Amino acid sequence: MPTPLAVVGTSVVKVDAAEKVSGRSRYFDDVPHRDALVGKVLWSRQPHARLVNIERSRALRVPGVKAIVIGADLPDGLMGPFIKDEPILAKGVTRFVGEPLALVAACSDEAAAEALQLIEVEYEELPAVFTAEDALRPGAPLLHPDLASYVKIYEAVQEGNVCSHTTFAEGDLDAGFAEADEVFEDTFTTQRVHQTYLERSGAVVEVDAGGRLVVWSNTQSVHLTQIRIAEALLIPQSKIHVINSRVGGGFGGRMEPTVQPMAAALALKCGKKVKLYLSRDEEFTFGKPRHSSRIDIKTGVKRDGRLTAKQVRLIYNTGAYADDGPGIAGFGAMMARGPYNIPHVRIDAYCVYTNLPKSGAFRGFGNPQATFASESQLDLIAERLRLDPIELRLRNAVQTGDTALGGQRYTSVGLRRCFEQAAARAGWRRVSASSSPTKRRGMGVAAMHHISGLLSAGAFVKINEDGTVGLVAGAVDIGQGCETVLTQIAAEELGVPMSDIHYAAIDSDTAPFNWGTAGSRTTFTVGNAVRLAAGDARRQLLALAAKTLEVSPDDLETVDRTVRVKGSPQRALSYRDLGAISHWVSGGPILAKGSFIVDGPGFDPKRAVLRGFPFGPLTAYIFGVHVVEVEVDVETGEVKVLKAAAAHDVGRAINPTVVEGQIEGGFAQGLGYALFEELCTEGGQTLNPSFIDYKIPSILDVPEEMTAIIVEEEDPHGPFGAKGVGEPGLVATAAAIANAVSHALGVRLRDLPLTPERVLAALEAKQGTLSPPRAP
Amino acid sequence: MLISLTLRVNGASETLDAPANELLIDLLRGRLNLTGTKEACEVGECGSCTVLLDGAAVRSCLLFAFDAAGKEITTIEGLAVDGRLHPLQEAFMELGAVQCGFCIPGMILAAKALLDVQPRPTLAEIKQHLAGNLCRCTGYAKIVAAVQHAARRLAAATRPEAGAAAP
Repeated sequence: MPTPLAVVGTSVVKVDAAEKVSGRSRYFDDVPHRDALVGKVLWSRQPHARLVNIERSRALRVPGVKAIVIGADLPDGLMGPFIKDEPILAKGVTRFVGEPLALVAACSDEAAAEALQLIEVEYEELPAVFTAEDALRPGAPLLHPDLASYVKIYEAVQEGNVCSHTTFAEGDLDAGFAEADEVFEDTFTTQRVHQTYLERSGAVVEVDAGGRLVVWSNTQSVHLTQIRIAEALLIPQSKIHVINSRVGGGFGGRMEPTVQPMAAALALKCGKKVKLYLSRDEEFTFGKPRHSSRIDIKTGVKRDGRLTAKQVRLIYNTGAYADDGPGIAGFGAMMARGPYNIPHVRIDAYCVYTNLPKSGAFRGFGNPQATFASESQLDLIAERLRLDPIELRLRNAVQTGDTALGGQRYTSVGLRRCFEQAAARAGWRRVSASSSPTKRRGMGVAAMHHISGLLSAGAFVKINEDGTVGLVAGAVDIGQGCETVLTQIAAEELGVPMSDIHYAAIDSDTAPFNWGTAGSRTTFTVGNAVRLAAGDARRQLLALAAKTLEVSPDDLETVDRTVRVKGSPQRALSYRDLGAISHWVSGGPILAKGSFIVDGPGFDPKRAVLRGFPFGPLTAYIFGVHVVEVEVDVETGEVKVLKAAAAHDVGRAINPTVVEGQIEGGFAQGLGYALFEELCTEGGQTLNPSFIDYKIPSILDVPEEMTAIIVEEEDPHGPFGAKGVGEPGLVATAAAIANAVSHALGVRLRDLPLTPERVLAALEAKQGTLSPPRAP
Repeated sequence: MLISLTLRVNGASETLDAPANELLIDLLRGRLNLTGTKEACEVGECGSCTVLLDGAAVRSCLLFAFDAAGKEITTIEGLAVDGRLHPLQEAFMELGAVQCGFCIPGMILAAKALLDVQPRPTLAEIKQHLAGNLCRCTGYAKIVAAVQHAARRLAAATRPEAGAAAP
């Protein structure tokens, strides 16, 4: 059991809740910029074409039009997190329907819209590919013939349309399969789904009096926005100042910039403040959905259920630009073994260019696809071996001290407890049943692992003149509650009430670098930086008190915002006193800092072959198990999730209510992924770019009985033992639901989403194979 | 074409000139600076723009402003009384029903429209009534709990009168 603390571990009300329920939060479009010109984008209508000419002379004559920018006007900078392959505006060639071709700045909506109509684009069509399968064929049209010349931040393995190929290999695969009693080979596919954050993306940019770009927007990372604008426009990062508004959801979709580089290009061109705010259909077509995938898995297993070997090939369709795709495919590879001990493994992940709109980060970052496939196949194995699916998993489940794929040690594993608690809560049983003549019920389970420590973050703590505290951490709260959780960590470490601390608004000029609110990393990674900074502040307060009281710091203790001499409590200085002393008398204002980076231990080259992986060490593994009960209508094919128990090992829950919210919300998104969400295209054109045709789960879709279970397996490296929970709530959900549907029907569905059509087709196929052959 | 409109918003009377085809949401956000009302989907599917019109939940992105003339409009900014939050607002805070918060003004107003006519709603009634208000963050569990909690609190607040009237 964790030791009780003052603030950490309690479900305090979120620090931003009051402003949000009263409607006073300022999201992007709530801050009026009445002096800004209206920016609009001309989007490509061709999936792959040479841009012969873009004629803007007629458009420029529209009254009120101030500037039109095309790709040829811009410097040759290319941007991207792993591979620098993407221009702000297409130059010479366009690679997807919805790619930005031109930007208009005008005095009014109407003038900008009219100008867009009058820009004439002359295309020369090029052959296009839309599926990864087609893009991988010999002789397929190449999306990026200059791929080899692009700047990459890692040793990328590339060929043809494969922008990144990651390999993890351990052991001796042939020996592992030879050792197996049974070998299973299966293929699974998953679809593109959109983050569908409710607030649309926007940016206001102006060139200030000193010539710097000032960018107001809603992003998950002011620092990545700053970096991408700098690399695309070839200007120093110090000349770019990014300020965040409140953010109405992100889920990965706003990790990389959205419209900020375009607005910056437009503002530079016309020298005036410009506002660019996407409509919902633009958001769907230009947004960066989860990668569709095809996953082939071959697994060897002993009769007793021990897994001996696993080979996986993941193919992720990244669309026209790499964006986060290399990281997503690489991370999918790292996760594809699953939280199980398997001695012989080889995983190959291919991130493939096609002429679809680009895909990007979405909660789970390549893991939901791999987990859906792996956890679906485990049920097929359990069925053949006549083992309970949970029993099969427990026989292989990793424990603390075991080794992850690549050779890192697991430092805290609460997986077994997740299985036990989710199963108990959901009433796990392996009897499928008919609940009515046309409805069948079944239960399914799926487990997952993920990481929560990656990359770097910094934090500052300053002690104000009155002893109150400023916390500057650079981590954007996109709704998941990091302002609250990081404030709790700082309050605990400093020994002050949360109300004494103000979490600073996010501004790239003042906030220390933070890679971004993503990767389930904020509590662990930024939390560590905040704890270090708060600890530094506490030490400085003690040192100042020691100097002022003329005692050794070792003779001091801190009680209720007061530093006092042990044994002589009357010799004391409050934090307020110390704040004033530091500002006016001695020492100078107290500024404390914490910097943290996940830099080891890394992967073990003696144990594993690792090629083309775009991250350094990743750490702080987190675990989860979902158990669901579904009811399937065998006449309509409709699936209803009746009950769900989702147990997650989060290290220590800094704020249990916030953790539950992440699990519940992740589950609902996973339910949409499992059952009905799909961003459809035809000829590269997005077909359902609206809430009318792209459905996300409503309150009627989520299970009536939804239990989020917190398992606390403290990590020795986490702040107060905490790990993370942002993404896991979604990762295992589709697999658990698919397993429950298969259990109810006695037939396996291998393709997401599990639409009524697919359910009925599976049932028909099953009846076809079961019906006795007809007499001739 | 501009028309002169007189609206009652959050208890105050507002007279202004607006284009005849101006949507209520644009008038509220753009002219009255009531930015608590949110626009997300633009097509009346998500409920983020919900406001109350004579107590009923409506989508302000689908209504012309002149259709609201002469009616009592309540936005999220009008829910607190003398600086004290409405029990629904308190319940959403206390039960952790708020994540990114973008859907929350519409969600709270939709819930208020329900509790005003049905102070003791069943779970099914709550779900049915909020089915048109989408939230991408929470999975709805804590939203349902918050509405139930607020209903109980409102009922408790009115109980003493009921007790006094009992024989």
